[in-house]
Amino acid sequence: MITRLSAAEIAREIAARKVSAVEVAQACLGRIASLDEGYGCFLKVDADQTLAQARAAQAKIDSGEAGPLAGVPVAVKDNLSTEGLETTCASKILKGYVPPYDATVVSRLKAGGMPILGKTNLDEFAMGTSTENSAFQVTRNPWDPTRSPGGSSGGSAAAVCAEMAPLGLGSDTGGSIRQPAALCGVVGFKPTYGRCSRYGLVAFASSLDQIGPLARTVEDAALLAEVVTGHDPRDSTSLPDSTIRSDGLKKSSLKGVRFALPKELFSDSNEPGVLEQVQAAIETLRREGAAFGEVSMPSIVYGVTTYYIIAPAEASSNLARFDGVRYGPRAEEGAEHVGVVERTRAEGFGHEVKARIMIGTYALSAGYYDAYYLRAQQVRSRMRREMDAVFQGCDAILSPTSPVVAFKIGELSKDPLALKLLDYCTIPANLGGNPGVSLNCGFSGGLPVGLQLVGPAMADERLLQIAYSVEQALPEAHRRPPVP
Amino acid sequence: MPISLDEVRHVARLARLELDEAEVLALQGELNALLGHFADIQGIDARGIEPQSHAVSLQNVWAEDSPLPSMPRSEALRNSALTRAGLFVVPTIIED
Repeated sequence: MITRLSAAEIAREIAARKVSAVEVAQACLGRIASLDEGYGCFLKVDADQTLAQARAAQAKIDSGEAGPLAGVPVAVKDNLSTEGLETTCASKILKGYVPPYDATVVSRLKAGGMPILGKTNLDEFAMGTSTENSAFQVTRNPWDPTRSPGGSSGGSAAAVCAEMAPLGLGSDTGGSIRQPAALCGVVGFKPTYGRCSRYGLVAFASSLDQIGPLARTVEDAALLAEVVTGHDPRDSTSLPDSTIRSDGLKKSSLKGVRFALPKELFSDSNEPGVLEQVQAAIETLRREGAAFGEVSMPSIVYGVTTYYIIAPAEASSNLARFDGVRYGPRAEEGAEHVGVVERTRAEGFGHEVKARIMIGTYALSAGYYDAYYLRAQQVRSRMRREMDAVFQGCDAILSPTSPVVAFKIGELSKDPLALKLLDYCTIPANLGGNPGVSLNCGFSGGLPVGLQLVGPAMADERLLQIAYSVEQALPEAHRRPPVP
Repeated sequence: MPISLDEVRHVARLARLELDEAEVLALQGELNALLGHFADIQGIDARGIEPQSHAVSLQNVWAEDSPLPSMPRSEALRNSALTRAGLFVVPTIIED
């Protein structure tokens, strides 16, 4: 079955003329049609567009000018602009919005001959970690459909996990690629801030947002990263020479690789089953020659506070553009200007988005700026310094990705603060701009446990190489979910 | 100090969000829970620490000041709920 193969394997089959790009797209679309009603991964699928892109890709392949992943289709998170394909951010305020242009990452997929399978579900505007805060549907975890796939890129993670798509794109502001990857038992990679253009990504928190791949193997994640990264003059935070090269990945031992274990990320805030699996993985990697050293990064305990001040502050500004004038539904005419805008936003935004806009506006408002926003930026600075110091003595920081395995749908949605407190393992990489990857290291109660590796800024290739070696050493890295 | 209901209404006005009374009450509870958690960074000695607003070291990225082809007007207007004569219609701001 072609949908079971990795992206690298599919690309090889296509290159060897054993299967065509159109047949691959049809196989994935068929699987989405038969399975997705049960999982709710996709908000929008346009089979005609996908097949047209697959035919164009096959023509490129036939003329010998195709990229390395030509013909391999991708599930794209619905906060990435796709020309001619509805993009909603899972929000009523963008219902019916059809972007007139492609995000840079989407242009790069198309240029690389990679068809777009559809737009995947997320927490509204990527604000959440369960994909339950979508205005349109709930996404279910392929390991147990009564549980959340994590979020906010839960649609892409679950689609890749259930083999509806070989690859997915997500965005990661505080862990939104890595955490759903962990809860679905797949690979999620957030590149160094600035290596992947944010042009056409609907902005949530601009200093933290970064786009990246979801995949079933580290090799696939690296291959997709190479397609979508690289300098883009349309994003002023895009770094020069930022393409992530994937051609250096090789089977190499972990001898001499040094991992730092921050004691703050191994506290008893983690579920015992998560800690057990991560500790067992550490023992396996130690036998493979890796070295481990405990470190302390005291600012990590302030990470959740820092993040939940900075991200909503930036969001409150970014989301000011949704006023019903240029796009989206608009509240009734006739009223004065502010009234129309207030009502449009009241009707269009869901509760969690309103809460975050409120906290961000409050933190930036007169009298509170110094106590909250400025102080959070100082903690961000201190955390960065601590991380830089840790990287003087190690190649990567290793920890659980999420302190819990996939939780029941509805279990945590009644307690927004409890849900936010679960983000503490992933937030530091966003605050520091560091690359981070999550891969599966084992199972607790039949549910995947994610292992996170964070590297120094710009050391994405080295981090992926380490993750590749770790993946080879961990026997549970590629177990399939109980999906037909 | 916990946020009062009036402060919630004031911030909602700043954020251009119309809230009904049930939402005001719910958000008061949620904001106070979050602000209670935020108290942890108030005690940090932050003297001499430069605030960091960004994770990249880039500065002053300028674009060449040269015209490039832009999107057709009809495309830019296509997603608007209300347009007239090739323009976005905004609610009245200044009365005659």
